[in-house]
Amino acid sequence: MALLEIRDVTRRFGDFVAVDAVSLSIDAGEFFTLLGPSGCGKTTLLRMIAGFDQPDSGRIELDGRDMTGVPPEERNVHTVFQSYALFPHMTVAQNIAFPLRMAGCPAADVAPRVQEALDDVSLVGMDRRFPHELSGGQRQRVALARALVNRPKLLLLDEPLAALDAKLREKMQLELITLQKEIGVTFVYVTHDQEEALALSHRIAVMNKGRVEQLDQPQTIYSAPRSRFVADFIGECNLLDCTVQSSGDATLQLDVDGLGGVRATGPDTAKGRTGQRGTLALRPEKVSIARELTAADCTNRFAGKVFDYLYTGDVTLYIVEVDGGRRLEVMLPNNAVGRSSKFFEPGDAVQVGWRDDAGHFLED
Amino acid sequence: MTPARGIGRLAVGFAIFGYVFLYVPLLIVIAYSFNDSRLNAEWVGFTWHWYEVLFADEQMLAAAGNSLLIGVVSSAIATVLGTLAGYAMHRWRLRLLPILVVTPIAIPEILTGVSLLLFFVVCNVSLGLVSITLAHVAFCVGFVAIVVRSRLAGMDESLTEAARDLGASPWRAFRLVTLPLIMPGVIAGALMAFTLSIDDFVITFFVAGVDATTLPLQIYSMIKIAVTPEVNAVSTLLMLLTLLLIVVAARVSPGALRGE
Ligand SMILES: Nc1ncnc2c1ncn2[C@@H]1O[C@H](COP(=O)(O)OP(=O)(O)O)[C@@H](O)[C@H]1O
Ligand SMILES: [Mg+2]
Repeated sequence: MALLEIRDVTRRFGDFVAVDAVSLSIDAGEFFTLLGPSGCGKTTLLRMIAGFDQPDSGRIELDGRDMTGVPPEERNVHTVFQSYALFPHMTVAQNIAFPLRMAGCPAADVAPRVQEALDDVSLVGMDRRFPHELSGGQRQRVALARALVNRPKLLLLDEPLAALDAKLREKMQLELITLQKEIGVTFVYVTHDQEEALALSHRIAVMNKGRVEQLDQPQTIYSAPRSRFVADFIGECNLLDCTVQSSGDATLQLDVDGLGGVRATGPDTAKGRTGQRGTLALRPEKVSIARELTAADCTNRFAGKVFDYLYTGDVTLYIVEVDGGRRLEVMLPNNAVGRSSKFFEPGDAVQVGWRDDAGHFLED
Repeated sequence: MTPARGIGRLAVGFAIFGYVFLYVPLLIVIAYSFNDSRLNAEWVGFTWHWYEVLFADEQMLAAAGNSLLIGVVSSAIATVLGTLAGYAMHRWRLRLLPILVVTPIAIPEILTGVSLLLFFVVCNVSLGLVSITLAHVAFCVGFVAIVVRSRLAGMDESLTEAARDLGASPWRAFRLVTLPLIMPGVIAGALMAFTLSIDDFVITFFVAGVDATTLPLQIYSMIKIAVTPEVNAVSTLLMLLTLLLIVVAARVSPGALRGE
């Protein structure tokens, strides 16, 4: 049985539907992420799980128990707030001791458990500081230690790393993964940062306008997005309008507007529906670029001209104008060409190509 | 001289003028309380005489005792009620409560005095210390509520939620997190209530009845005859008390005076 069951939960604010019939089932020990653009209802959903807000319809079950009407303090769920919400009038140790005191933990046990929690997040020796005497990263750790000290069943994290700078964020991501593995608490993690979601999660629910668009493992979300929105939101993607011409066993033959015939994979439901309109999703890093393509598996091949490029250090993103007039984004790792500077100039005649399983057909 | 600098100097001039008007009269009162003369006209010499007169004046001492008692009790009650009202106004988007709380502040005191007097008479509350205390509570609650609410408005909403989230009942969340954080506002409100109560004249005048008297009423009845240096002495002590309160407040909650 799943630890957390969200059944058909809807939350409205006036006419606006912030969370629209969401159903999710989250297992114990999972690192589960709600991913979506700002305003898609992630926080609203999280607040209903925590008990700060109630669904208008549907219900939330924790460990098989219906949580309707159960106040936050009686749910075995803790939250790490985006603002950290550390109590400014309490020291680090007092902050971490707070949930223990609320749970009626014997006074003699409090200090050792606080120390243990500080140790978990590498903050030993900071117990007498006040929150305002800590750096952003340290506050983040205190918030984590406080939320985890009495081992809740479920930890909710609302964009916990959003306020940190890029370097620290990366470090904290690794620490979060380790911490979650070590203590085995189920995490429900909210973020609008797709890279973060892909890096951290066991499973991701991609949300859009209050609905779950796709629920899958990170690899599947990335390589087999099920909607145009998901393909566009996760990573860079060429999204090309097209029509299904015919379908074979494993691949579809598509006619891409302004490009021509392309073979691609697609969902089973699209097979055999000749004439159906849709979108070809093609990741820039799956497209090869060369003056003369030699690789035999680049079965989809087009000639064109380099229109522009964007050098970003580890990779260069080329924009290639194919002879049909379409522009494609093509990503080339800089080490692949053995040099760190650009390889093609705007105006260079090039060939682009990709394998049949690189492109992915999305029904509209 | 540039216009900006001219305006700057003008502002400084006005400020100095304002402070002179505020503080010079107070300094004069203090000085004359030590003046060895019945008249507040010229400096004759130093004396403790007027303080001796003051501390022998039974009526004045009784009035001062009443004022302190009423001040403490009414500001304590007003602080509790005002804090609750401020919290309620912040927590729930009520329409009526803010109007009920703020209106008494805007109503002319004389109107409040008359209406309270009528009310007490209608309700058969005998006029005296109790009626004065009730009246003071009534006009102080609004001030406390406003100070507390503005303090709450500046508080991170998620702190209270975090307390609940970590296992605190609503009451414990209020007592352990919300209250300590709004304490500077509560203390500032209490202080304000106490000073308002100690020096209120108009409303007290209406609801005091015949027996009870407070310091302002007593001073007023004395200066109807003449401003004796004894009034200067009692005023000086009152100032000292106010100053002491401000110092205490600053010690108890360093942010209170700066509105943090
Ligand atoms: N208390 C509220 N009252 C009215 N609208 C709200 C309230 N809370 C959230 N919303 C609206 O619901 C939508 C989803 O908000 P939220 O869940 O915070 O999004 P996210 O966390 O994904 O950025 C937003 O458009 C927001 O304006
Ligand atoms: Mg949010």
